[in-house]
Amino acid sequence: MVVLVSGVGVLVLAYSRWYFSPQPGLGRFAGTLTAFAGSMLGLVLADNLLALYVFWELTSVTSYLLIGFEDRKGSARAAALQAILVTGAGGLVMLGGFVLLGQAAGTYSLSALLADPPSGPAVSAALVLVLVGAVTKSAQVPFHFWLPGAMAGPTPVSTYLHSATMVKAGVYLVARLAPAFATSGPWRPLVIGFGLASLVLGGYRALRQHDIKYLLAYGTISQLGFMFVLFGVGLPEATVAGAALLVAHGAFKAALFMVVGIVDHQAHTRDLRVLDGLGRRLPLVAGVAAVSAASMAGFPLLFGFVSKEAAYDAFLHSPLGGAGLVLAAVVGGSMLTVGYSARFAWGAFATKDPAERSLETVGPEVEPPHTGLLVPPAILAAVTVVLGLVPALASSLVYGAARALDPEVEAKTLALWHGFNPALVLSVLTLAVGVAIFALRRRVSRVQEAVPAVPSADGAYRGAVSGLNRVADRVTGVVQNGSLPVYLGVILATAVVLPLPALVRSPAPGDLLVAESPGQLAVAALVVASAVGVAAARRRFPAVLFLGAVGYGVAVLFVIQGAPDLALTQLLIETLSVVIFVLVLRHLPDRFQRRSVWPLGGAARVAVAGCVGVFVAAFAMVASGARTAPSVSGEFLERALPEAGGRNVVNVILVDFRGFDTLGEITVLTVAALGIFSLVRACRRDRDPDRDPDRDPDRDPDRDPEQPPGVSHA
Amino acid sequence: MHERRSIILDVGVDAVFHTILVFSIFLLFAGHNAPGGGFVGGLVAGAAMVLLYLEGGAGRVAESVRVEPVALLGAGLALAALTAIASLVAGNALLESAKLELDLPLLGEVKATSALPFDIGVYLVVVGLVLMVLRTLGAEDGDGGEQQP
Repeated sequence: MVVLVSGVGVLVLAYSRWYFSPQPGLGRFAGTLTAFAGSMLGLVLADNLLALYVFWELTSVTSYLLIGFEDRKGSARAAALQAILVTGAGGLVMLGGFVLLGQAAGTYSLSALLADPPSGPAVSAALVLVLVGAVTKSAQVPFHFWLPGAMAGPTPVSTYLHSATMVKAGVYLVARLAPAFATSGPWRPLVIGFGLASLVLGGYRALRQHDIKYLLAYGTISQLGFMFVLFGVGLPEATVAGAALLVAHGAFKAALFMVVGIVDHQAHTRDLRVLDGLGRRLPLVAGVAAVSAASMAGFPLLFGFVSKEAAYDAFLHSPLGGAGLVLAAVVGGSMLTVGYSARFAWGAFATKDPAERSLETVGPEVEPPHTGLLVPPAILAAVTVVLGLVPALASSLVYGAARALDPEVEAKTLALWHGFNPALVLSVLTLAVGVAIFALRRRVSRVQEAVPAVPSADGAYRGAVSGLNRVADRVTGVVQNGSLPVYLGVILATAVVLPLPALVRSPAPGDLLVAESPGQLAVAALVVASAVGVAAARRRFPAVLFLGAVGYGVAVLFVIQGAPDLALTQLLIETLSVVIFVLVLRHLPDRFQRRSVWPLGGAARVAVAGCVGVFVAAFAMVASGARTAPSVSGEFLERALPEAGGRNVVNVILVDFRGFDTLGEITVLTVAALGIFSLVRACRRDRDPDRDPDRDPDRDPDRDPEQPPGVSHA
Repeated sequence: MHERRSIILDVGVDAVFHTILVFSIFLLFAGHNAPGGGFVGGLVAGAAMVLLYLEGGAGRVAESVRVEPVALLGAGLALAALTAIASLVAGNALLESAKLELDLPLLGEVKATSALPFDIGVYLVVVGLVLMVLRTLGAEDGDGGEQQP
């Protein structure tokens, strides 16, 4: 897999050099492609399930950027969005599976998990979830629809992501897990079911395409299904065949996509009804395409043949029940593969019968491509031929990979010629029927047109997305209705109702101390009077001053309690709050609005305020008596000097014991500052003198400084 | 605004401004062992900025404090985050304190912990926030502050 990712990656990058004409964003493209290659390597090399998940999603994200490279085109953006939604959702489901699996096994290490696989219903559920991830990523039926859509991306991207690497991530995952989990629960029926459905449906759809790139896309779905079946069975021979097919597919499919890119680049069309007689103009390209397509079809002397032979052989000798059925489906799918391979080569390069082409064709005037475009696919085609003639060369690679997946694989060498055996007969049969399908292509397409179209998965996707949008719209409309009193009411009511059960269940507070000194009583009376003043004030400015007085009073209480740090902070915060309030008040009317925005008028406001007040007081009293764990303050006091080297325990808590909280809080402060900045900017820009006071800037500044970092837990 | 400028305020603010700033820095450094710390220090410095604002509006603040608030915010956050990460690099837990005791000439024995740069970061963020508020909310209507009490 590493060889595949890196080798094809290098060739694709070289190819891209000549594929793109200089245009803006090319640097971004190169960077994203490299980032993608890096994440793909990470995915393959990761041993930790969660690391694997992160790389998995990274490939989704980078592929999103790559598919949407032509960001001016709506169709490219839609395709990119579809790809990331499908693979991303699948990835999330898979994460759930990983967590279940990791919890069941007690480890997230992939190798440890495979060495000692857990079992049980939870593991079965986890495997189903993981499979959903693999199926979406590898574009298997019924999630196959995003892959043809992803063809909207530039061809080098399709070459790399959608043939050689990313879509194989799912296959890779199946291959890794199969040896350990193939026998458990729903694994085999699911994997084989998905794989066979994709194998057949992909091949069937590929025969119908007129765009040669889409033809290859459906062909890829089909081949991925094949790999799913081979790896998913979890038998040593099938695993070897799968590894061989993986390499073979990487080579021929990448080459074919590059050929499509060349054709598109030179002829400016990919419609096989328009392309005519290209083979004579581009003989070298046609040669590469013919070799690669033949390998895909499984013609002898090419590597594709070797891998397909191994696959047939694996199922012929499989001890599994129902192997015959699987074999039949695999052979059927391979026949379709031969059919569409021939259709591809013919469609792209042949000189066509007038009945099979459109009126305006492209052909004789097509210029040969730059050598740089031709070399990478030619190298891949050469690999296909050489490995096909001397399969022993690939043996160490294929068997090494297979053994890494499943230790039970016996070392053998791949061979071109196994003698006359049932597998060979099947191969010949496959080729014969495939060629027949191609020869009878007009009749086949008539039959395909006659068959009513099945409800497309793409339509289901569209329905789901638009439905989700509608629901989101509705919910946002109800929840975010823009009324500040409603927001506040909801927040306060939640704050009262949620902890209520805990409050009721707690023991009643014991001996309550009213005050420790008369000074406290006096200050408390002042605070209460100021609070009443805030509520009673008719004008904004006095209300702010009363609010400040409340804060100062609380600061004095802190001083009396012997908390100078807290008092100092409180004092400064109050001062700044009042100043900031005043800055904002300049933009607000002098007096409060008399007209109530609250649905139930003033009574509801009084009720909410009263409830909150009573609740907070009760909660404070009960909470101080309901301690079950020992206080942390003693421990903090002990550890402050020796461990953190500070005598001021409040500060030590802020910068050391709870330093991470502080870091988060100053981040919030920074975000708040930027928020104020942009809000004020925005308001000033579309300022209209009639509705000057915007609600937002008056909420933000007064709220933020009143939540100083640390005070909450100091 | 300018015609109503109070001379007492002008002179008074000019007299105490730098003293307050020095005091805020004292609080910042003293914080580890005595009341104070980065947050309180930053607030005191912020109060000094507010005094400048009362004296001459946003223009006066911008004239005296040439630093962009955004730069302060960014520098502070970066410093705090780097300090947090530095202990990771050194092989300790995130934000774990390291101590450094030096015997400097003139100053005598000086003790510094790795919490200090972190606290400085907090200080910078708080000052940046106050400056940002004064600049944005205070800077409207030209010099702003017409309705100041």
